[in-house]
Amino acid sequence: MSELNCSLLSCGSEDDRIFERDDYASARARWCAGCGDHSVLTAAQRLLAAEQLRPERTVFVSGIGCSSRFPHYMKTYGFHGLHGRALPVATGIKLHRPDLDVFVVMGDGDCCSIGAGHWIHAVRYNLNMVVLMLDNNIYALTKMQTSPTTPIEQVSKTQPHGGYLPPLNPLTVTLGVTNASFVAQTAEWSPPHLFATLQAAYRHPGFAFVRILQRCPVYMPESFRGAIDDRAQVELLDHENGVHVPELSKAYARQRAHDPRDLHAARQLAEDGDAVRLGVFFKDESRPRYEETRWRPARSAQEKIALLDTELDSYAV
Amino acid sequence: MTQPLAASRSTLAPAERAEPSVIRVAEHTVEVVSDSGEGAQKCGQIFGAVSAKMGNGVWTVEIIPAEVQPPPRIPEGASGNRIRLGTGPVTNWGDAAHLVVAFNEQVLLARHRVGALAPGAILLLENMWATHEDPSIQSAWKAALEELSNSSYQIIPVPMEEQSLTLVENARRGKNMFALGLLACLYARDLERTREQIAHNFHGKSAEVYRRNVALLALGHRWAEEHLDFRIEVPTQPPTRPMVVMNGNEAIGMGAIAAGMDVCAMYPITPATSASHYLAEVFERFGGTLHQAEDEIAAVGVAIGASYAGKVAFTITSGPGLALKTEFLGLAAMTETPLVLVDVQRGGPSTGLPTKVEQSDLLAAVFGQPGDAPHVVLAPATIEECFHCMITARRIAEAFRMPVMVLTDANLATGVQPFPRPELDAAWQARAPDQSPVPAGLRAYDWDPRTGLSRRIIPGQPGGMHTLTGLSHDESSRVAYSADVHQRGAQMRSRKIAVFQDTLMPPSVYGDDAGEMLVVGWGSTKGAIEEAVDRARAEGLSVSSLHLTFLAPLEPGLKEIFGRFNKVMTVEINYSDEPGDPFITDTSRRRGQLSWLLRAQTLVDVDCWTRIYGEPLRPADILDGIRQRLPARGNA
Repeated sequence: MSELNCSLLSCGSEDDRIFERDDYASARARWCAGCGDHSVLTAAQRLLAAEQLRPERTVFVSGIGCSSRFPHYMKTYGFHGLHGRALPVATGIKLHRPDLDVFVVMGDGDCCSIGAGHWIHAVRYNLNMVVLMLDNNIYALTKMQTSPTTPIEQVSKTQPHGGYLPPLNPLTVTLGVTNASFVAQTAEWSPPHLFATLQAAYRHPGFAFVRILQRCPVYMPESFRGAIDDRAQVELLDHENGVHVPELSKAYARQRAHDPRDLHAARQLAEDGDAVRLGVFFKDESRPRYEETRWRPARSAQEKIALLDTELDSYAV
Repeated sequence: MTQPLAASRSTLAPAERAEPSVIRVAEHTVEVVSDSGEGAQKCGQIFGAVSAKMGNGVWTVEIIPAEVQPPPRIPEGASGNRIRLGTGPVTNWGDAAHLVVAFNEQVLLARHRVGALAPGAILLLENMWATHEDPSIQSAWKAALEELSNSSYQIIPVPMEEQSLTLVENARRGKNMFALGLLACLYARDLERTREQIAHNFHGKSAEVYRRNVALLALGHRWAEEHLDFRIEVPTQPPTRPMVVMNGNEAIGMGAIAAGMDVCAMYPITPATSASHYLAEVFERFGGTLHQAEDEIAAVGVAIGASYAGKVAFTITSGPGLALKTEFLGLAAMTETPLVLVDVQRGGPSTGLPTKVEQSDLLAAVFGQPGDAPHVVLAPATIEECFHCMITARRIAEAFRMPVMVLTDANLATGVQPFPRPELDAAWQARAPDQSPVPAGLRAYDWDPRTGLSRRIIPGQPGGMHTLTGLSHDESSRVAYSADVHQRGAQMRSRKIAVFQDTLMPPSVYGDDAGEMLVVGWGSTKGAIEEAVDRARAEGLSVSSLHLTFLAPLEPGLKEIFGRFNKVMTVEINYSDEPGDPFITDTSRRRGQLSWLLRAQTLVDVDCWTRIYGEPLRPADILDGIRQRLPARGNA
């Protein structure tokens, strides 16, 4: 995390609390049995415990959709806002309170459809936050409408004869945005990889975009089945600068050493459809962060009044 | 306050110089008009500011075309400024101009055609077009002058181009300062102050630009001295207390700083943007942030996020932006997140008249959010109120945990008026976000069952963790799964409006407390309405007026006040059907927006008189409206 994340309010103060995973758990999650969101929730709670994040200084911001219920199940601060608009709210929080740890949770419709404009610009702002895009390839909360990432052959209630267009690739889109600084893909059915990716995202100083492939057992029971049943379809991007999960090396024979500093290779790998790739595609810690670019010293009330008095002088009659 | 121009003027050959005659008036209205890009606005702004600083009452209005650089020499391209000067306070732009400086005859024609020129007006007109090498320009000049000659104007040709070219290569970049010199001479403006104002308005430009402008000022001044045989004296009154002079958007920006705001999140939109320009210049010095978001929706979202995180945030927009922000406004109401939204209204619907004044967003502001989203709407009536309303708006937003909308308009945004210098108070400033531990058991919305008020918890406060949600929720922000919870939440949010209204005083009536007609207005029309009422009363008509600052909730006591008048009529700059027009009946008639609100609130048959000519209302037109709608005399 950047220096700004060291809160002025707490730096140097004693805080000897130790947080366990359960300390971050709130209401019982109401997602369907078998929903991939449960796995992401568990991984996030594990991450917070591993990083010992103080619950009161952590904010989960979400949009609308199944996955956007996420903040309700975390015992941190949360803002469950509007469909597609999690990123502006998170921007407002992080820009003005860089001392808070901000996590954003969105679905594929939320991020890639109604909120697509904010997505592009938030990538460019590169505020220091973790952005989880839970991609189940469908609008599930509204009961099965095609989303931008729905496979073309998929029948849905809005496209009952299958899709009309190839699905949007969230990785190439994100990697195409100027000032992108961290782009990764992981899958909820591989908890070790999911955890390692979330941790890498959290530790990245900038806008860490993680697409999480996520099963919807009710509406999309077949999606990702190929990758789950046949691990040869999965290629792990392995690198010490990205994610490196030794415990998966036996299960996943197909591994590729990919240095996430290589943007050109990252775009190529994201574009190629020959495998489901999990890992960090791109990472650049040197990209400018908006909250740091815009940071100015706070002024006391007295200072502001004095300055404003001077300002009024130039308008005096 | 009006005093028609008495004497008749003419040009003067340099040889016949004599003591100029002095026209002494209590007020005078000046216009400077040019093609876009020729600087008439700058000239008018400087003239207005200098006049205010010398102790004249001033109200200025910008005349703005819709495009950045429309084709030259077309009436629709007229760009400039109206400056109404008075010995006493000036509260509106008046009726028509008594003196005009025009850079070509087409823009002058534009002003003539909209009735902006008073009978007998003195028109100082650039004369280069009369002898222009392009015959089509010459014939256009002839046709225009013929059209103008049907009125009683006094046209004085002025070789602005020719004169300016003695100092600059491109007269388009200089004629305006020559024109300023003319005005400075005619109105005996203090030249030292004028030079200071030039330096202020061209700050950031090179010393060379300043030097050139000052030389042109002197040139125009000398030309007028030598060639014009009249002067206009609008006596000044040294102010009895310190005054400042600025436009409404600057006042909004400065008011936001005075109110302790940390964040302005915006997206460029006319006519709101100049407030952001101002803040972009100065806000960071105060530790504030002007965030230009990717769109209108993101702008309000960022403001809500910042406010949720404990900062004081506002967003500023105009009608089309207000439309885009409605869903987030509902979220702010639902999550009880304080938010100030400034809507600088322009002509609508859709893209409408982007640079022109209108008051057509009232109902959208009050009712625009789907679902029940109670909030406060207020409207400043003067530039001074633009400043102070930001402090009020922030206080309401925080004390009542709700969105507050401030409705200004293009008239206030660009209008310049002197007002008493605000006495700044450090107590208006915001404290740092509360980061103290939350008392055990405090919930996200610990509604006082009587008032609906609750204490806000801010991220960072230990022990206060909760998730705010746009879903219907209970006191703990748990998602509602029962109808009771939804009913109760709505009740608590609504109750706050009644509690707020309980803090308001009934409005005061301008003029007699009872009578034949009460005119009700809101926003920037106050000065024009009160001037019209003054004139009506001078004619012996029994007319009073009342101006509302709070539109939602409405100020208390209206029904009782209305009951003391035989007729109540709103005057507004929005559309309403005229009685007597085809198909228009009492039931089909669409009315002025405030009149809808007042009828619903008071069950009084409130009439309306509204106009949307893309300009501020003129007192004379309002007076006509009053006369038309006044109950026949003797019936009362």
